[in-house]
Amino acid sequence: MKYLDEFRNPALATMYLEAIRAIVSRQWVIMEVCGGQTHAIMRYGIQELLPREIQLVHGPGCPVCVTPVSNIDRALAIAALPDVIFCSFGDMLRVPGSAMDLRMIRARGADVRTVYSPLDAVTIARENPDREVVFFAIGFETTAPANALAVSLAAREDLGNFSLLVSHVLVPPAIEAILSDTNSTIQGFLAAGHVCAVMGVEAYKAIVSAYRVPIVVTGFEPVDILQGLYMCIRQLEEGRIEVENQYERAVRKEGNFHAQKIIKEVFEVVPREWRGLGTIVDSGWGLREKYASFDAELRFDIAHATAVEQSDCISGLVLIGRKKPYECPAFGTRCTPEHPLGATMVSDEGACAAYYRYQGGLVA
Amino acid sequence: MSRVEKSGLYCPNPFGEFDQILLAHGSGGRLMLQLLDNVIMRIFDDSLMHQGHDGSLLEPPHSRLIMTTDSYVVRPLFFAGGDIGTLAVNGTVNDLAMCGARPLYMSVGLILEEGLPVSILEQVLLSMKSAAQCTGIRIVTGDTKVVERGRCDGMYINTTGIGGLEAENQISAAQICLGDAIIVSGDIGRHGMAVMSAREGFSFSRPIQSDCAPLWESVKFLLDANIDIHCMRDITRGGLASVVKELAAACKLQFSLIEKNIPVDSEVRSACEVLGIDPLHVACEGRYVLFVPGNSAETAVSLLNRYYCENGDRMGNSQFQAGVIGEVIPGKSGIVTLRTTIGGNRLIEPPSGEILPRIC
Repeated sequence: MKYLDEFRNPALATMYLEAIRAIVSRQWVIMEVCGGQTHAIMRYGIQELLPREIQLVHGPGCPVCVTPVSNIDRALAIAALPDVIFCSFGDMLRVPGSAMDLRMIRARGADVRTVYSPLDAVTIARENPDREVVFFAIGFETTAPANALAVSLAAREDLGNFSLLVSHVLVPPAIEAILSDTNSTIQGFLAAGHVCAVMGVEAYKAIVSAYRVPIVVTGFEPVDILQGLYMCIRQLEEGRIEVENQYERAVRKEGNFHAQKIIKEVFEVVPREWRGLGTIVDSGWGLREKYASFDAELRFDIAHATAVEQSDCISGLVLIGRKKPYECPAFGTRCTPEHPLGATMVSDEGACAAYYRYQGGLVA
Repeated sequence: MSRVEKSGLYCPNPFGEFDQILLAHGSGGRLMLQLLDNVIMRIFDDSLMHQGHDGSLLEPPHSRLIMTTDSYVVRPLFFAGGDIGTLAVNGTVNDLAMCGARPLYMSVGLILEEGLPVSILEQVLLSMKSAAQCTGIRIVTGDTKVVERGRCDGMYINTTGIGGLEAENQISAAQICLGDAIIVSGDIGRHGMAVMSAREGFSFSRPIQSDCAPLWESVKFLLDANIDIHCMRDITRGGLASVVKELAAACKLQFSLIEKNIPVDSEVRSACEVLGIDPLHVACEGRYVLFVPGNSAETAVSLLNRYYCENGDRMGNSQFQAGVIGEVIPGKSGIVTLRTTIGGNRLIEPPSGEILPRIC
């Protein structure tokens, strides 16, 4: 647990809390972009420890949450086909599509399997040459290298029965979409450390100069988050606007060259639909022409898969920080982790699920 | 040669011509009798089972009895620290112990999958026999069914237990009072992570052993020392979080827990970290939570630690860290709060159904 316990140290946490209290002179609204950070904020009760002037809003960085209903419906349509083994990360199984989720389709006889890595899905494809094996490739820049590697490996081995249902999204275009909203009140960002570990920090410099907001690349442990907040608040208080890196132990400014190389080899930038945010140009990755034969959307006839969003779910507004989960009339009543109306209630990293799990009775 | 053959228990009427369970072994005919005589009865070998009736006549010394039942489904059947047989005995023994009852008699219902190697069945039954002997419960009756291949994961087991009540005071959620200390008997989460490691093929620098163990003797030790136990509950599926939530709702009081006092082994913590799972949600099979008056908390904890130090947990585990993890406070009914390691507060909720590893 080395490199984790140090960043959960109560004395260090107290030190940063005191440092924040010492410099805060007015109200600041700061968004933590990543769902992993939201999870840690809730799990450690960080919001209640902060001075009242600091308002945290929770960003769109939960990959499970932003995967649109249309893609869940495509996943369900593919999983329902005979001879398909549909592989997914665990927490996608509970995400509601228009009518059901992957657990429900599994109960009806579909072969849906939880895997821990896309490479596990490649192994399953290798071991089941007479079955079609599809991996649900969701996630931000963090999961892309392994997904790209899986395709590259399948291509090298000529595994004709392996494909990806791609729903990859990118962080910088989402931050820009939030900042372009004229109603946005967000004054500073904690950027997602692991995304930057892959892609580097260059893209954020452009955002900082275009939109005049400080961005601090931040880790996921409580001391990381408190230090990131301290750095962000100090910039705001001092009137500085720049990209800073709290997560130096993992993030180099140029990112991870090898990861970027394999991503570029397999994926290209495409427009992508986000749950709650709609379609954003150049905000996702899709398979390059060269790897089109591994694209599950092209391989299977799933044109009939339709998408219906739940009308009384406000997850879109939660994702851009305009509403808090408890401002939703369905929160904790018609919408719970057992019966999620929207994806922010599904994953532990979703803001609604995190509020329900860790703060529900305290804010109610 | 099977383990039973090696032990000299082999019947001359050859069972060995079938080394796998066939559908016919559950059909009520000659093969079924062979399975019962040559494998099941031979291994369990209790005089009450040999009465030759459909039921066993019991003459317990206790006037008040407790009865409980549970079914056991686990994949894989064998994992570090136990197997489905040890689970099936200890799980039911522990349900009795949590009521303050000495485990006396047990029935065993087996559902076997066609094709199950007989050697596997023997191994599981030997585990059951050994776990039962360990805690003094007698296996007195049983039933066997066979289902077609693919209809179950090798085998399922149901056990029903009868225990004699030895606790003088009533032990139940209704007895939990304001000011009670909440104690956990040892570190949490080992069983769930041991099974998950075995199922998914994870390996860690030190393999995680299940904590599967009988609890009656340690409960008896506390009762003999006149500890006024208000309530006990063994931590199983849903982990510590589910136990405290259920009990807080049942007694209509609020519990306050302190995260840094909850013992979690470092390997279990690391495994949970990698998989994005909260250790509070992970199953145990040999740990329990108990509620005692605040002023006897220290005595109860030192007795528990002394008991486990002297006796182990009878399953070979030797690390014990019983401790006070919280208290019963005035507040909202059914709420459990946790003071986090950095001093914040959060709610404890049970896991939402299946525990699904997080994406990143």
